[in-house]
Amino acid sequence: MDAILLQILNGLDKGSAYALIALGLTLIFGTLGVVNFAHGAIFMIGAFCAVTLSRLLSLSFETVDPTKTDFLGNPATIKTPYVEAWFGPEFGSAMIDWAVPLAIIFSIPVMIAVGFIMERGLIKHFYKRPHADQILVTFGLAIVLQEVIKYFYGANPISTPAPEVFKGSFDFGVMFGFDPNAIIYPYWRMVYFLFAAVVIGAVFSFLRFTTFGMVVRAGMADRETVGLLGIDIDRRFTIMFGLAAAVAGMAGVMYAPILSPNYHMGMDFLVLSFVVVVVGGMGSLPGAVAAGFLLGILESFASMNEVKSILPGIDQIVIYVVAIIILLTRPRGLMGKRGVMEE
Amino acid sequence: MSNSLLTRRGLLKTSAVAGAGLALPTIFTSGARAFTNDPTGGTVTLGFNVPQSGAYADEGADELRAYELAVEHLNGGGDGGMLNTFSSKALEGNGILGKKVEYVTGDTQTKSDAARASAKSMIEKDGAVMITGGSSSGVAIAVQGLCQEAGVIFMAGLTHSNDTTGKDKKANGFRHFFNAYMSAAALAPVLEKLYGKDRTAYHLTADYSWGWTQEESIAAATEAMGWKTAEKVRTPLGAGDFSSYIAPVLNSGADVLVLNHYGGDMVNSLTNAVQFGLRDKQVNGKNFEIVVPLYSRLMARGAGKNVAGIHGSTNWHWSLQDDASKAFVKSFGTKYGFPPSQAAHTVYCQTLLYADAVARGGSFNPCSVAEALEGFEFDGLGNGPTLYRADDHQCFKDVLVVRGKENPTSEFDLLEVVEVTPAAQVTYDADHPMFAGGALGACNPGA
Amino acid sequence: MLGLNKTDSKFLLIVILLTLFTPFLMQPFAADSGLDQFNGGYPDLMQKVAIFGIFAVGFNILFGLTGYLSFGHAAFLGMGSYAAVWMFKLLTMNVIPAILLSMIVSGLLAVIIGYISLRRSGIYFSILTLAFAQMCYKMAYSVLTPITNGETGLQLSLSDPRILDGATESTSLPVTNIFGLAMNSSYKLEALNRVFTFNVGFYFCAIIASIAFYIAIRLFRSPFGMMLRAVKSNQQRMNYMGLNTKPYTLAAFVISGMYAGLAGGLLAAMDPLAGADRMLWTASGEVVIMTILGGAGTLMGPVLGAGVIKYLENIFSKINESVLHSWFHWLPDGLEEVVVWVFARFTGEGWHLTLGLTFMLVVTFLPGGLVEGIKRLKKLTKRGQKPKDKLDAPDPEHTPPPSKHVV
Repeated sequence: MDAILLQILNGLDKGSAYALIALGLTLIFGTLGVVNFAHGAIFMIGAFCAVTLSRLLSLSFETVDPTKTDFLGNPATIKTPYVEAWFGPEFGSAMIDWAVPLAIIFSIPVMIAVGFIMERGLIKHFYKRPHADQILVTFGLAIVLQEVIKYFYGANPISTPAPEVFKGSFDFGVMFGFDPNAIIYPYWRMVYFLFAAVVIGAVFSFLRFTTFGMVVRAGMADRETVGLLGIDIDRRFTIMFGLAAAVAGMAGVMYAPILSPNYHMGMDFLVLSFVVVVVGGMGSLPGAVAAGFLLGILESFASMNEVKSILPGIDQIVIYVVAIIILLTRPRGLMGKRGVMEE
Repeated sequence: MSNSLLTRRGLLKTSAVAGAGLALPTIFTSGARAFTNDPTGGTVTLGFNVPQSGAYADEGADELRAYELAVEHLNGGGDGGMLNTFSSKALEGNGILGKKVEYVTGDTQTKSDAARASAKSMIEKDGAVMITGGSSSGVAIAVQGLCQEAGVIFMAGLTHSNDTTGKDKKANGFRHFFNAYMSAAALAPVLEKLYGKDRTAYHLTADYSWGWTQEESIAAATEAMGWKTAEKVRTPLGAGDFSSYIAPVLNSGADVLVLNHYGGDMVNSLTNAVQFGLRDKQVNGKNFEIVVPLYSRLMARGAGKNVAGIHGSTNWHWSLQDDASKAFVKSFGTKYGFPPSQAAHTVYCQTLLYADAVARGGSFNPCSVAEALEGFEFDGLGNGPTLYRADDHQCFKDVLVVRGKENPTSEFDLLEVVEVTPAAQVTYDADHPMFAGGALGACNPGA
Repeated sequence: MLGLNKTDSKFLLIVILLTLFTPFLMQPFAADSGLDQFNGGYPDLMQKVAIFGIFAVGFNILFGLTGYLSFGHAAFLGMGSYAAVWMFKLLTMNVIPAILLSMIVSGLLAVIIGYISLRRSGIYFSILTLAFAQMCYKMAYSVLTPITNGETGLQLSLSDPRILDGATESTSLPVTNIFGLAMNSSYKLEALNRVFTFNVGFYFCAIIASIAFYIAIRLFRSPFGMMLRAVKSNQQRMNYMGLNTKPYTLAAFVISGMYAGLAGGLLAAMDPLAGADRMLWTASGEVVIMTILGGAGTLMGPVLGAGVIKYLENIFSKINESVLHSWFHWLPDGLEEVVVWVFARFTGEGWHLTLGLTFMLVVTFLPGGLVEGIKRLKKLTKRGQKPKDKLDAPDPEHTPPPSKHVV
């Protein structure tokens, strides 16, 4: 019982990550109709926003400390971050410690700008092109973005810890009357779950309750008619693209403490996020979120030892098995709309 | 078919007119040369096949730096590095056998296919007489097989699986790096001293051949000293988020977690485990501990502070204070501005060892090189007295047990050496069951 | 000729000649010209181009004609390789049975995957094929290791039975051959300060590639190909006319799977190793990219795309900084550093950047791929004349107007 509860927690957490990534992707892919292979790269750039901010905050000046030596035997240089010098050691180191949450604020304008540039500079020209061309151009873009990041940050994962206060984990088991340590969950992952819930809620209410959202939804349904009504739908689609990039980017920032960012993490998530979006059903935001949670929870269950002893290796393929079953029983995924990318 | 005959005649005519040479019918493996890619001019070409893209690109880059340094030293440039401390004095700093050393590089992409394609192009196109490098066991074994067939020497880079010199060993392949069995043999006594005899281990293992050999080795070594094994769980390669594997660990009755992961998997599983607060917990009245049997300093950086206090093993570390290590760190650090990694060290040694074997044997012929390396005892390459065993082409040398530092003074200063386990303690019989099932075969000069 | 019309025969002949002369074409630079780094005329690369050409041509039979975008074709490539290596291990080192088996096995796999996946269309079809291929990859890498040898890949060993070859006392591994002629034997011709390598394996691949290409032309021109194009332009209408399109699409899927299996078998025949990496989604993506880069729906495009990508991968990744220094050593010191630095971003460890930029530039400026580029070049050189496309041989009767590729 406790094992199952534990895996549900895990699943919710994994699911919230999947749902966040899929949400951004489905805004672009499911609604604008662009097969965006660079979406993983956007997620990766988000994670590197966290790395960048933490590096910016730790920018240091060097002083030579003659009492110590470096690895070559020369006098060692001691680095002191500027923020510690400016704001005092205590507040300065606290700022560095809180780099990841601060990076959320930092990442929003950066990611919106990235989204705008991508859409205006490149994607715009591909709305009317075959999907195959979209795949090729966005795949090329993803490779270029990766290589740029690799040049500046190297190929190894970069440690980006969460603030010290979120260290350790909370014991749910005691709360529900299980043994201590039976159900423990890290604080940061709970933060991630709450954050995902807030972002998902915000995106939904933005599309549902604002005029802008209404126009965009109308544009998705019938782009031409909305255009004929004299509404500048292109501009709104650009903004949508920026929004999608921001959502993916924030997902990346918050994920950095869980998965040390490296330059190819985007490609690792790309396949997965496409599977989630399609299982959710093309053109459906609730579908993408639901599929994210469903796949996250099932993946967690599949990694239980009890399950693996019956079906060895099931945890490796469970996502694909579930995807196949769902697509065969429900032709358009969980909540897909008829006719979206179905031809 | 008359068409193609005509073409050939036409060609022959052209070549005769151009006077550039005769059409020589040389089958890839035939008489004109004594062995594959016999260097005839004033230079000899070595092939450095390292990952330049993918997860291990940084390790590949560090290997490449070490190779360039080794070539510089072999050709008499720089400060000579470990050439000065190496016990064999056959190398004179004038290249190898008087031939200037040149090199070609390629990208393995950490995929067997790409690595073999890259190695093949070095052999077929560039005339490389030796291939070296790599950062994973799968790639090392695949390229080793290729070199055996093509008739060139393979000096393995970073490969830790028992299989490389176990069931997949080849007469043309040599490994300087240590292996999973040695890691286990070196770690077990230290773990016993630290954590006692009454412990229960929980293994998380990357689900592929290297992970399995390490899990097998560690479990055998720890069980031999009285530990119990609670569970051995296989995790998908590149799982990313390990939470669903780590969450059940605390409640399993185990009090030690062994992470048989490398590279990105190691970084993520360790980070996740520390995030779950495992190290702050008490199980069976004892502090919960985590062990990472194979450490890589480059990768450990990705786990940041999470490595503090966690034990593992490594082939070499720049903080060693023997003359050879100091000489190597000095010449590498002066050239590049940071200390070398264990990957850089092992490939530098491999290059020197190859060159030395050629010089001692007096020929680039793979069979002569193999003969010179087999049973070769040497010192002065940073690992103490070392033996290249003839039975399986594995180096036997001291193994370092290291611990993640609590208060690193710089970004390179992540590990501290806890113990230097002497070679005798990690030596095993050539027919040890974990290494059984393969045969070296005969050396293949390709001719 | 051979049931082709005049344009097609001419086209086929050109392709065959190009293939036969590949050892010359890919060795354009003299050994001492400093540009010999760009020569690609060594056996491995020539073989790879021919093999991936087959793979891409086969993929194009499905994608170019029916518009069904499979994202799981690597599964057939990998399956073909495994089948071939097992044949080498168990039966004989002769490549013929291995290649036949690899086509049969991947054909069977294609029947299963195709039958299930073709129940959906568009992106849903793509994801179904992707899911199947990823399952194959994951299983081959881990659980199925006894059959696939997991991470390392399936290799030959001395203790393999090889029933037909009989026992040998040899201590070295046997080589793949065709009735005794070893695949890795080469005939080297030194002329014009170049070494031309005529490799048995390459010519074996080249002959098979030519046959595969011929079959593809016939398919493109046949009533069956016509039917597939109709599926692409409007499947619904076909269904309303009372026609069941599924057998046609399934047949195309299986044929294209067998092409992939053939390519996989040839890969193993040239180099007897089968790794799980061949089934990874990036490998599936690679063939998609090859096809689109060259020009989807055209005959020559996929081969061109395969050639360009394999060339970039093998040649550009090997241009390291010391090579660059040797090229630019004549520049003044400071300038040399700058130029080398710039070039080093695109070659050696930066070769992926060149790849990515190539994709973006080609698709942005040459919609229709490289074939489109060649057409435009031809138009430029033949301005004033009536443009005639021999290269892609569009024969108006059998070519519907270009339509959107549907995912």
